[in-house]
Amino acid sequence: MSLRIVVCVKYVPDATGDRRFADDNTTDRDSVDGLLSELDEYGVEQALKIAEASGDAEVTVLTVGPDDAKDALRKALSMGADKAVHVNDDDIHGTDVIGTSAILAKAIEKTGFDLVVCGMASTDGTMGVIPALLSERLGVPQVTLLSEVGVEGGTVKGRRDGDAATELLEASLPAVVSVTDQSGEARYPSFKGIMAAKKKPVESLDLDDLGIEADEVGLAGAWTAVDSATARPARTAGTIVKDEGEGGKQLAEFLASQKFI
Amino acid sequence: MSQPIRPLKSMDRQLPSEEAADLLALTRELVERELAPRAAEEEAEGRFPREAMRLLGRSGLLGLPYPEEYGGGEQPYEVYLQVLEELAAGRLTVGMGVSVHTLACHALATFGSERQKQQWLPELLGGELLGAYCLSEPQSGSDAAALTTRAVREGGDGDDAHYSVTGTKAWITHGGVADFYSTMVRTGGPGPTGISVLLVPADTPGVAADAPERKMGLKGSPTAQVRFEAARVPAERLIGAEGQGFSIALSALDSGRLGIAACAVGVARAALDYAVEYARTRTQFGRPIAEFQGLSFMLADMATAVEAGRALYLSAARRRDAGLAFGKEAAMAKLFCTDAAMRVTTDAVQVLGGYGYTADHPVERYMREAKVLQILEGTNQIQRVVIGRKLTGG
Ligand SMILES: Cc1cc2nc3c(=O)[nH]c(=O)nc-3n(C[C@H](O)[C@H](O)[C@H](O)COP(=O)(O)OP(=O)(O)OC[C@H]3O[C@@H](n4cnc5c(N)ncnc54)[C@H](O)[C@@H]3O)c2cc1C
Ligand SMILES: Cc1cc2nc3c(=O)[nH]c(=O)nc-3n(C[C@H](O)[C@H](O)[C@H](O)COP(=O)(O)OP(=O)(O)OC[C@H]3O[C@@H](n4cnc5c(N)ncnc54)[C@H](O)[C@@H]3O)c2cc1C
Repeated sequence: MSLRIVVCVKYVPDATGDRRFADDNTTDRDSVDGLLSELDEYGVEQALKIAEASGDAEVTVLTVGPDDAKDALRKALSMGADKAVHVNDDDIHGTDVIGTSAILAKAIEKTGFDLVVCGMASTDGTMGVIPALLSERLGVPQVTLLSEVGVEGGTVKGRRDGDAATELLEASLPAVVSVTDQSGEARYPSFKGIMAAKKKPVESLDLDDLGIEADEVGLAGAWTAVDSATARPARTAGTIVKDEGEGGKQLAEFLASQKFI
Repeated sequence: MSQPIRPLKSMDRQLPSEEAADLLALTRELVERELAPRAAEEEAEGRFPREAMRLLGRSGLLGLPYPEEYGGGEQPYEVYLQVLEELAAGRLTVGMGVSVHTLACHALATFGSERQKQQWLPELLGGELLGAYCLSEPQSGSDAAALTTRAVREGGDGDDAHYSVTGTKAWITHGGVADFYSTMVRTGGPGPTGISVLLVPADTPGVAADAPERKMGLKGSPTAQVRFEAARVPAERLIGAEGQGFSIALSALDSGRLGIAACAVGVARAALDYAVEYARTRTQFGRPIAEFQGLSFMLADMATAVEAGRALYLSAARRRDAGLAFGKEAAMAKLFCTDAAMRVTTDAVQVLGGYGYTADHPVERYMREAKVLQILEGTNQIQRVVIGRKLTGG
């Protein structure tokens, strides 16, 4: 049977745009342009490479997100993924990472999988914990933060480059992996890919389809709550310390006044 | 010294289809990630981005207006030209390069026999090969029909039938880096009716390019003389009939001029975006210079010129897409858009003051680039000649 790969891709606000919070302190996803998280492009790329090497694989891209998140799916499909699953439900608004992982896990189970591929972190939430949560919820091994990954037979193998050591890791399938931005540049879609993507299947699912109650997720079901959010103050000119014999002391005083030391 | 690398402002374009919107999004991504970041440096060094052109080719951007059955993207000019505008806004060398490549494919795609198209068009549109269009000569520029490069038919009518080509083509964009030359040659007597088109592989023995011209701008795009010395070109590479060459060349230029118009709007827009951002952040007399009416009126005129230019090239493109005559409108678009680009880029330098006159900001480069667009593919005087003739039926 062919290798079933599910890539989790997140639709995130464009980091070059003006990112804001909405009135309920959730990320404002309506008034800003969004796109497929750049870090998830690496996941799509590695999934496609694994699929190409296997010769008999099917790559499904999965997102949990609002209507516009279909743009992220279309992008991944035009890069070469075979089909897409879009979980979209008004009740998902404000879901925290615990809830998001529950939704993703149910959707992955429903789709069927041998390998789940995630990015190293989203570019908006940047918690980097979804892969671990998925591994727990799906009851399969996790091999995370890989800069190199491949599948041989029923085993996924990879390399994790740490500060102190390079680890060679492997796990038996089914498994969850996450890949870093060092895993190899993602391909650009081609115009032919864009045209082909229009004909690829996109399955839409809501919470009902996944057997999830509305109060398990959303703002109400979240374990975390954001009470207030303040924009970072504009950068000021800074303080220049001229060394006229007292430089070291002045530096130390400055750092102490900013509570760094 | 720092040159802020800001992506161009994303535009709210009117596009006819979702796939066109995705195509424009892909184009912007390629511009932002691959073209714009290296533009200033590579233009200063005069480096042609051959790899970037291959990447565009693999992405399907080198055959956009041609039929799908030969590997093209089958996009209307309305969409193709907006892609060119985006590319040129990121780097004119690339936008114009795509336009010239498209021009070089025009003869074969529009006038080639079915057999010729099946044999060569897919590789021309497939993205690995790059084309050039050889019309001008040292002594025949505006008066292109006076060209003297000679092609003599030899070898009978069998497999050995070929043309022996001798002469010099001038100002050839992609000269020396192209893989094929769409070449206008003289097969008959003097004047337009003695001209024919040959599709010449660049590696044909007897074909060689000189060192590129040393230009004031657009330095990344090689412009060179291409010499033909008894170059032997198989007769099957004649496109259309003998004597049809000049009308093929002019028909290609009608479409090519639309491409140049779109490129001009791209350069103008890049200059406008940069100037607007600068005016918002530069303070004098205690406030941003954008708040001085004298300056904001200049920006308003620049923005109006960009919009008007885009509207004009798009309206000509829509006539072409609808199968209507568009030669006059294409000449108008080329004339107006390139003159507008010259004005807008000159004013952008003015908005930046002394900083605009240095290579630390891209506007002086835009100004040097805009100039050439008033000259190539028919000078703007020649565009007026074309428009005037169409008006008076002369
Ligand atoms: C304090 C706080 C406030 C929050 N506020 C909001 C809010 O206002 N609005 C809101 O919508 N969310 C909000 N979230 C959380 C949002 O649910 C998280 O972004 C989400 O749970 C995933 O966490 P992450 O983005 O950090 O993913 P990470 O763990 O960093 O992501 C790792 C990988 O998991 C996958 N992945 C992550 N998210 C998705 C997804 N949605 N679909 C498919 N794949 C995915 C991708 O492969 C990604 O590369 C908030 C979270 C916190 C902690
Ligand atoms: C960077 C660059 C790239 C180019 N790329 C190509 C290419 O890929 N392929 C190609 O074939 N050619 C190319 N050209 C050539 C270009 O098309 C010619 O330079 C142009 O047609 C003008 O010809 P010329 O330079 O000989 O000028 P001339 O024809 O000598 O003109 C000189 C001046 O006289 C004016 N003039 C001429 N005739 C008239 C008239 N009847 N009425 C009023 N004014 C007139 C012109 O407007 C101009 O101002 C390129 C040129 C440049 C600079």
